[in-house]
Amino acid sequence: MIDLIWLLPLFPLTGFLILAITGEKLSKPNIAWVGVGSVGLSALLTALIGAEFLTGNRESFQLVPGSWMAVDDFSVNFGLYLDALSVTMLFVVTGVGLLIHIYSAGFMESDAGYARFFAYMNLFVFAMLVLVLADNLVLLYLGWEGVGLGSYLLIGFWYQDPDNGYAARKAFVMTRVGDTSMALGLILLFTQLHTLEIQSVMLSAVNQWDTGTFLPVAAAALLLGGAVGKSAQLPLQTWLPDAMAGPTPVSALIHAATMVTAGVYLIARMHDLFTLAPPVQFAVSLIGAATLLIAGCSALVQTDIKRILAYSTISQIGYMFLALGVGAWSAAIFHLLTHAFFKALLFLAAGAVIYCFHHEHNIFRMGGLRKAMPVVFWSFLIGSAALAALPFTSAYYSKHEILLAAFAVSPGLWAAGCLGALITGIYSFRLVFVAFFGPERADVEKAIGWRMGAPLVLLCMLALFGGMLQIPLDSVFPVPVEDGGHHDFSLVGTITIAAPIFGLVIAIMFYLTGTFSAQRLKAYNWVNLLQQFWFSGWGLDSLYNALLVHPFKSIAELNKDDVVDSAYTAVAQLSIGIHHLVSASQTGRMRWYAASMGFGAAVILAIGLLS
Amino acid sequence: MILLALLAVLIFGGIAAWFSERWNPAAPRWLSLAALAVEALLVLLQYSIIDPVDNLAVGDSAAWIADLKRPWIPRFGIGFHLAMDGLSLLLITLTVFLGFMAVSSSWSEIKRRQGFFFFNLLICLAGTVGVFLAVDLFLFFCFWEVMIIPMYFLISIWGHEKRTIAAIKFFIFTQVSGLLMLLAIVTLALNYHDDTGIYSFDYFDLLGATLDPDVAYWLMLGFFIAFTVKLPSVPFHTWLPDAHTQAPTGGSVILAGVMLKTGAYGLLRFVIPLFPDAAHQFAPVAMTLGAVSVIYAAIMAFAQSDLKRLIAYTSVSHMGFILLGVFSWNLLSLQGSVITMLAHGISASALFMIAGALQERLHTREMGNMGGLWAKIPQLSAMTLFFAIASLGLPGLGNFIGEFLVLLGTFKVNAVLTVLSALVLILAPVYALIVVQKAFHGPLPQSYQLPDFGRREWLSMMLLVLSTTWLGLHPQTVLDVSAPSLQQAMNCCEGIDR
Repeated sequence: MIDLIWLLPLFPLTGFLILAITGEKLSKPNIAWVGVGSVGLSALLTALIGAEFLTGNRESFQLVPGSWMAVDDFSVNFGLYLDALSVTMLFVVTGVGLLIHIYSAGFMESDAGYARFFAYMNLFVFAMLVLVLADNLVLLYLGWEGVGLGSYLLIGFWYQDPDNGYAARKAFVMTRVGDTSMALGLILLFTQLHTLEIQSVMLSAVNQWDTGTFLPVAAAALLLGGAVGKSAQLPLQTWLPDAMAGPTPVSALIHAATMVTAGVYLIARMHDLFTLAPPVQFAVSLIGAATLLIAGCSALVQTDIKRILAYSTISQIGYMFLALGVGAWSAAIFHLLTHAFFKALLFLAAGAVIYCFHHEHNIFRMGGLRKAMPVVFWSFLIGSAALAALPFTSAYYSKHEILLAAFAVSPGLWAAGCLGALITGIYSFRLVFVAFFGPERADVEKAIGWRMGAPLVLLCMLALFGGMLQIPLDSVFPVPVEDGGHHDFSLVGTITIAAPIFGLVIAIMFYLTGTFSAQRLKAYNWVNLLQQFWFSGWGLDSLYNALLVHPFKSIAELNKDDVVDSAYTAVAQLSIGIHHLVSASQTGRMRWYAASMGFGAAVILAIGLLS
Repeated sequence: MILLALLAVLIFGGIAAWFSERWNPAAPRWLSLAALAVEALLVLLQYSIIDPVDNLAVGDSAAWIADLKRPWIPRFGIGFHLAMDGLSLLLITLTVFLGFMAVSSSWSEIKRRQGFFFFNLLICLAGTVGVFLAVDLFLFFCFWEVMIIPMYFLISIWGHEKRTIAAIKFFIFTQVSGLLMLLAIVTLALNYHDDTGIYSFDYFDLLGATLDPDVAYWLMLGFFIAFTVKLPSVPFHTWLPDAHTQAPTGGSVILAGVMLKTGAYGLLRFVIPLFPDAAHQFAPVAMTLGAVSVIYAAIMAFAQSDLKRLIAYTSVSHMGFILLGVFSWNLLSLQGSVITMLAHGISASALFMIAGALQERLHTREMGNMGGLWAKIPQLSAMTLFFAIASLGLPGLGNFIGEFLVLLGTFKVNAVLTVLSALVLILAPVYALIVVQKAFHGPLPQSYQLPDFGRREWLSMMLLVLSTTWLGLHPQTVLDVSAPSLQQAMNCCEGIDR
């Protein structure tokens, strides 16, 4: 069965091809069968392969179905690689992916671009599967760019609104900034190590390079650039909130559960290289800590339900980066897994609200949805509890592991993480209380069918109990050195658990009981300014516009007619000028000609005589 | 003899097409199609003998597949010498393939003087095939001219509103630079005569000729300028946007797809092997020009509002990679350049065909006058998206392979320029996706009806899609064909320490 892993990406690819060629000609149920079915087959096969792999005793499995290119000493295969890490990723991509596809079949049914939607979704799943299965960095890069393309296509899915197109291009170009750095990383790695096969790269890197020397640091830093772009971390995170322009299932699949965690996967996959580059690894943890705080603060003040979730995604991936940075590799992947569950749940629930509620995005215009939409309410409650990492939800275990590992490295990082946990508690329950409690504001338009309901229920289960699904990753990552200081963590552990609960209490006092009021806080001028600053995502968009986008546009516009061409135009103008000058002398008057001939002869004679 | 047939089929096909117009206005295009079909058969035949069983050993190398040598002007040692290796075979394949595309895109677009149009088209292709085959420098120069003059007619007679200026600009740029090449060729031959006492214009004779370093440098520059004008590279590129904008679609396809590659081919075949030391000395300048072209043209492309002008600038940007790759002169970068030649030939032709199809339907090239077309013509829009993505270098499609190999090879030689040119990976989506946005996305246009791709257009596009994907997923077929010629070219310069 495990020999069939090459079929995994092939199912969605086939689905994409069928839908791309037939277009909207198939009937809607058939489109849904093809679009959902292809991912379903992959999910089924993943379950079988995963079961075989986990019950078997091999650490990894490699399959090379064909060669891609070979020039000189450079050769790349279409090789696939399976280990506990890729199995975990496969479960996320196909499992959560399948649920989101089923949900989409209902959510998108009235849309004119039904086939186009599923074609893009299948293309995305294909690329994502290539990304997690690739055994070499070039094939991984193919998947990496492929998911970027899928993301671009789906953010701009409703293409009639130019704003959506702008968001889509912004996402593509900003992640391309990171991708370029990653491509240079690949080139550097190949030039130095003469291979791009992931396991050999790590092996030769460990053998040839000393820890902390220039080459591993440079290579790791370049790869980190790619990870930062794809995973929307500081300073390339500003595309993700805008990416919410896409249909909500897209946000759930691409911009929460799978693609944006690709950077985490990349760093975990290349962990030996990052271990060789301590400064870069430290940078990873700093980026994670800074991002989780910055994005958390922005999430606090958003009013658009999807933007709150987008900032929370950035923040949660910040936790994963923090974990990677402190060397808690498996904790990072564990959080990736639980995050995929609860964030997909939250997005799908948000989609249900938007679907049933006149396409309303502003949480302050919702209110009282608790009674009207019980399934969605419970989904949101469970999802938010997991997001806040309240005890006994799945994310509680993963986040706890991360924070304890951070404390072992640096109390400062731990403190940032705990502060972030507090903020997470506040913003996640702010959303729940504002949207679902309080007075009912309006009627719910329509009900969700089973196709949207069933995935929500399943994801609720996963968000609660998904912590038990952790696949042991000891075969992939170095086992962390156990220090004897575990018993010292009692106080630290308590604070870690208490932080989100404290956040919940603050949210209750502000948005449920009304003990405090956000309105009253706004009376202070600085609070207002801070709110606007956070709301705009710390002003980074305006900064990039002023520093990069506008100068680029104006230079391009200024030079639209190509300054180089003016040199040639000048030559042409000069010739024309001389032409006019000379033709002006051709007057047809004999005495002018005679005079100039005489003058010319005199000059020539003079030159001849004088020289 | 098959090499002669490759030329004769196109030339006689062209003449027949011209005269056939008297009987039936539709005859020229069918005759052109037939000539190209015969040509395609001949080319495919060459692949069957690519296995060097009967080693021709021209120029002491097994890389050559076929050879034809007849005396022409023996007094000056000028011979009618054609030879084919893997590189020329690949480029001739591209020429014939895009010849089909040019005929297909001219099928209904050209309404006036069809006979003369298809005559020029086929002669232009014949000249290009000749350029790829000639290994006598004088003969090479003759084909170089044969290729340019019909193109001048294609632009000046069947072009758009500013066709005269564009055609003259094209002609002057290529003629002046061609003159420099002619001077260099004659000097090279005279120098050979001074050394050995015999006149020869033969490539294989001149390959090992000893040259005074200063003379070699100047001669190298003569060739270099001729080829980089054709390529084109900054600062010699400004004829290209004008020529492309004004040319009929078929002309643009030939120009972008094939004719620019003659510049790249010339650099690879002549400049470096003939003047290895001088070229090595000059490499930093050439590579800088390449990197500047890559970036500068990408920025220029973004600023354009005329669709064909935009595509023309993207061509300059892609050709910069070839300059970079050729002067890095290692197997990786050379293979990358070859793949880029083919991949760009396909993707740029496809984009020009799409621009032509849009102009035929909307009578405008201004992207500001388009918008929301996806709802009207989804197939055409999806194809544009595909080739926009191909040209921004998405892995899995041809252009990526070429650019990645070039960057990989260049990095060993000059890391700074590699990093600089890699920045185009960020700029390429900026210009490529703006096309999709401006023309196909956005609010719905008024309710006028537009025909989507017809069957002929659809078939052409599918062929282009398949070949781009093939190049992207299985470039090995091409790499294997070009490898012996590139290896041989590298052996020419073995003595030089890089």
